[in-house]
Amino acid sequence: MQAAEILTDEQYGKIINRLAHQIVEPYDDVASLALVGMQRRGVFLAKMLQERIHHFYNHKLPLGVLDVTFYRDDFRTKLKMPTVQVTEIPFDLTEKHVVLVDDVLYTGRTIRAAMDALMSFGRPASIKACCLIDRGHRELPIQADYTGMFVPTYQNEEIQVEVAGLDGINRVMVIQKESAET
Amino acid sequence: MSTDYEFNHRHLLGLADYSAQDIQYVLSQADRFLEILNRPVPKIPTLRDKTIVNLFYENSTRTRLSFELAQKRMGADVVNFSSSSSSVSKGESLKDTIRNIESMKIDMVVVRHSSPGTAHFVARTVNAAILNAGDGAHEHPTQALLDMFTMRQKFGKVAGLKVVIIGDIAHSRVVRSNIIGLRKLGAEVIICGPKTLMPPSPDELGVTVSHDLEACLEWCDVAMALRIQMERQGQGLFPSLREYHERFGIKKRHLKEFPNFTIMHPGPVNRGVELESEVADSERSIILNQVTNGLAVRMAALYLLSGGQRI
Repeated sequence: MQAAEILTDEQYGKIINRLAHQIVEPYDDVASLALVGMQRRGVFLAKMLQERIHHFYNHKLPLGVLDVTFYRDDFRTKLKMPTVQVTEIPFDLTEKHVVLVDDVLYTGRTIRAAMDALMSFGRPASIKACCLIDRGHRELPIQADYTGMFVPTYQNEEIQVEVAGLDGINRVMVIQKESAET
Repeated sequence: MSTDYEFNHRHLLGLADYSAQDIQYVLSQADRFLEILNRPVPKIPTLRDKTIVNLFYENSTRTRLSFELAQKRMGADVVNFSSSSSSVSKGESLKDTIRNIESMKIDMVVVRHSSPGTAHFVARTVNAAILNAGDGAHEHPTQALLDMFTMRQKFGKVAGLKVVIIGDIAHSRVVRSNIIGLRKLGAEVIICGPKTLMPPSPDELGVTVSHDLEACLEWCDVAMALRIQMERQGQGLFPSLREYHERFGIKKRHLKEFPNFTIMHPGPVNRGVELESEVADSERSIILNQVTNGLAVRMAALYLLSGGQRI
């Protein structure tokens, strides 16, 4: 197994700064926005974006937490039912421009599930998707509106996003899993 | 909870088969389902690929409603079977009935029957996931889970709680499951009622017997009153409902005399027998929370037993 660091703490911080600006840019009224982080690391990324946007625009966006297990189409491909994490949307998202925040955009199935899940909380004015890493290999017609970094990958590679709040450091690794080597 | 824990059950037949960790895990997942029930659209598609039959050989209103609503909230296809309006009245055996139902590609079966062991029998006979909704005086695991969930919600945890269960202990499956579960989670349990309604060997269950209601109310955090089944009257187990109420009914004055206990009841309440009306409706009563939580707990159980891969 080989691991390579593709984002250091410093580059990571710059990307979060850029995404914070990009998220706010299209809207006249920053107060019409809301952030929803996807369990688990997307939640930490959303918190970082919330803090940065507060810093730049002096407005603290409402922040929700979403677990999409119940809406997934693929949980029965595993042997055990996955443990469900907390969902908490502590604001009315009707008429809000909601930005979904996730660490890695891969097949697109998580974002699809998240859109379904959000609809059961009300009718947002719009939903946009923000991811730190887009690694390709989409299986659904879904793209992110805001992307931190495009990282073309092979299927046998794994993107490991680390967040300070959970892993002690902000960085991104590409891990090459064991393949048939000769 | 340790991170390498895995929930490893195919059925929910009784809490006797579940470890303390299993019970804690089901309760912690039920928290997630309670959140869903409070959403503007309280519905998830998680069981939309599942067909569930509710097989009720015994009358039930709230358990059947609660199961059915839990199943519908999760998008399952639901068929209901009650013995009064079916071919059972034409003499079909249980085994034939469930084999036939299985042939219709059913994924899960919720079963209630007056004979202990029916759920186990069904689990051995068919290939579906089985949830026991009450088998005779044996077990009623989802009721006990929702009771423990409600205590945990109110007190933060079940371990260390002092619980007195009052009434017809000997004939109650609710009590059996509750005692098993509460003991596993570390609660202390006293059972209280007339001698004729006590089980033959309480020591084996790990509980103490008392016949002094007021001493129990002084001692406990939770007083769980059980329904006196009207059909027991006239079997000579207690003289009359009025006399039962005099000795073992929780009355309004008890609320003042013992300011700390919380009231629970699995329902339906006989007002003026187990509880005076004012007691059932007082703010110390969490009976209606039990009903709401029943939905969340049943959703969690259905979710966890709905399988990963089909075998």
